[in-house]
Amino acid sequence: MTEPSGDVLLEISDLSLEFRTYRGPIKALNGVSLNVRAGEIVGIVGESGCGKSVTMMAATRLLPKGSAHITGGGIRLFGNDPMTLSERELQHVRGRLVSTIFQEPMNALNPTRRIGEQIVEVIRRHQRLDKAAATSKASGLLRDMLISEPERIMQAYPFELSGGMRQRVLIAMAFSCEPKLIIADEPTTALDVTVQALILGLIKHKAMSTGTAVVFISHDMAVVSQLCDRLYVLYAGRVAEAGTTESVLAAPAHPYTRALIRCLPGLAPPKQPLEQIPGTLPDLLDPPAGCLFRARCREANDRCVSVPPLAAMEPARRAACWRRIEETQAA
Amino acid sequence: MAADGIVTSPRPAARLRAGRLWYRVKESPLTLVGAAIALAVLFVIMAAPLLAPYPPDKISLAARLAAPSPQHLFGTDEVGRDLFSRVLFGARASCGIAFAIVIISTFIGSIIGCLSGVVGGIVDTAIMRLMDVFLALPALILAMALAAALGPSLFNAMLAVAVVRVPAYVRLARGQTLSLRNRTYVKASRSFGASPAYMLRWHILPNALSPIIVQATLDLGGTILTAAALSFIGLGAQPPTSEWGSMVSSGRNYFLDQWWYVTFPGLAILISAMGFNLLGDGLRDMLDPRLGGR
Repeated sequence: MTEPSGDVLLEISDLSLEFRTYRGPIKALNGVSLNVRAGEIVGIVGESGCGKSVTMMAATRLLPKGSAHITGGGIRLFGNDPMTLSERELQHVRGRLVSTIFQEPMNALNPTRRIGEQIVEVIRRHQRLDKAAATSKASGLLRDMLISEPERIMQAYPFELSGGMRQRVLIAMAFSCEPKLIIADEPTTALDVTVQALILGLIKHKAMSTGTAVVFISHDMAVVSQLCDRLYVLYAGRVAEAGTTESVLAAPAHPYTRALIRCLPGLAPPKQPLEQIPGTLPDLLDPPAGCLFRARCREANDRCVSVPPLAAMEPARRAACWRRIEETQAA
Repeated sequence: MAADGIVTSPRPAARLRAGRLWYRVKESPLTLVGAAIALAVLFVIMAAPLLAPYPPDKISLAARLAAPSPQHLFGTDEVGRDLFSRVLFGARASCGIAFAIVIISTFIGSIIGCLSGVVGGIVDTAIMRLMDVFLALPALILAMALAAALGPSLFNAMLAVAVVRVPAYVRLARGQTLSLRNRTYVKASRSFGASPAYMLRWHILPNALSPIIVQATLDLGGTILTAAALSFIGLGAQPPTSEWGSMVSSGRNYFLDQWWYVTFPGLAILISAMGFNLLGDGLRDMLDPRLGGR
């Protein structure tokens, strides 16, 4: 149970970030640490608003300039701090080294341009290929996405395609420049369940065959467990638990992870009402002191009024919970 | 059938754009009328020398201020020029100038607006406040002031009206840009490494265009009026150019006895302005998704 070796592509250490609004700063991230190595598939799980997307958008500097402010910690993306890169360098990093698959395939393609043009533009932006070569490359990529008539699809406008088809086109675009890292931001959330499995399979297959690392953002524990080598569970802008997928699923350490797993319909006994986690995310305008999950936690005690560190539990496994830390110390 | 679920291809494309357009147009007869008038005006502009029975500047002192008759359909003016010919040729100055104004102001306005929206910050604020200053002044007064400052001529009147019309397009284009900038496909394009110039050219401009086109068509009518008004007060076309506004202006002295002198150029202004307005209205109904279409 060791973390896969290889180059660290992305390293986020103790990152804190806030959005300055007229009501005051919203502390979206409160010390997130994570890393992604070459060729692995890493899952980031958590409910809406816990900072999954914000973390990854901060890494590629796609957050709006005016309102998002990094207040602590750092990001190393391919050895560089993205905050110090010039616009030109950023354009090189985006697409060539990192690319992103977005949540809403319906809106992620320009409605006024043909599919083929859009893919070819992305390819030619980063690679020295003439139009014919880029076109044939694009059709090969679409074929890899199990699209039977790539030439016809490339002549189509986005509105002529279904959501699943558009998402396949977008995945093809994301892989088109052979990036080292792909950020998949809930790529299946807007799709129906039958297409979901297919899309996940396509991403996984393509990533493994090209050796691309994938950061897979999802709120769905079941989806993440199918796909990922390692997991980070985020809660209210902090890492609650991190470890390999098998170990986290087999023995979740943090009460929040346990609750998430209990909420899965597939694993609950039939005809029983599904479990839910009582309460809501804490107010990030004015976060309470101590463990942020305390108010919703079944196991909370007096120690939880101070912030638990992300402590190592067993090899390659960490969790931020005083209970587990006590148990580890006792053992 | 199982393979069908996985390997999908698009439906036979519903790309009957022209057919759909016709279907929508014939639902609204007024749009059709507007389109017919617009086409007629365009035809007259191009074919004026063929249609006009006389050269527009041909003076015939024997037939001064003649009433409409088969020889002179619209009558003649105080130096015996055929008004029908002058009205036909006047379309070139009056409507031609309106087209030029709208094209210039649309072009400049949408580029400034999109840039302003993309760049943001102080540049955006400065541009928009300047536009507010323009908008705060009544359009005709500002155009008059500019035309008077530049010196009375058709070309200067055109420049003046174009400048006055720019702020409307700047605001429209900027609003579109601001809403488009947050669309997923623009973000996606950034995440694939697109440069701001590329995004402006391929993602923002094409998608911002449809309301701008509608606004431009709607503006044509108003622009014909403004240009005619400038010529009417003597700041636009200078004699002997045939232009509807200046024709109405010189005909106004004879209004009580020779009604045809002002009436026919006036009707030409009315009909062409109305035609472009009807067309613009119809286009808006068809292109604006917020109005739901029909």
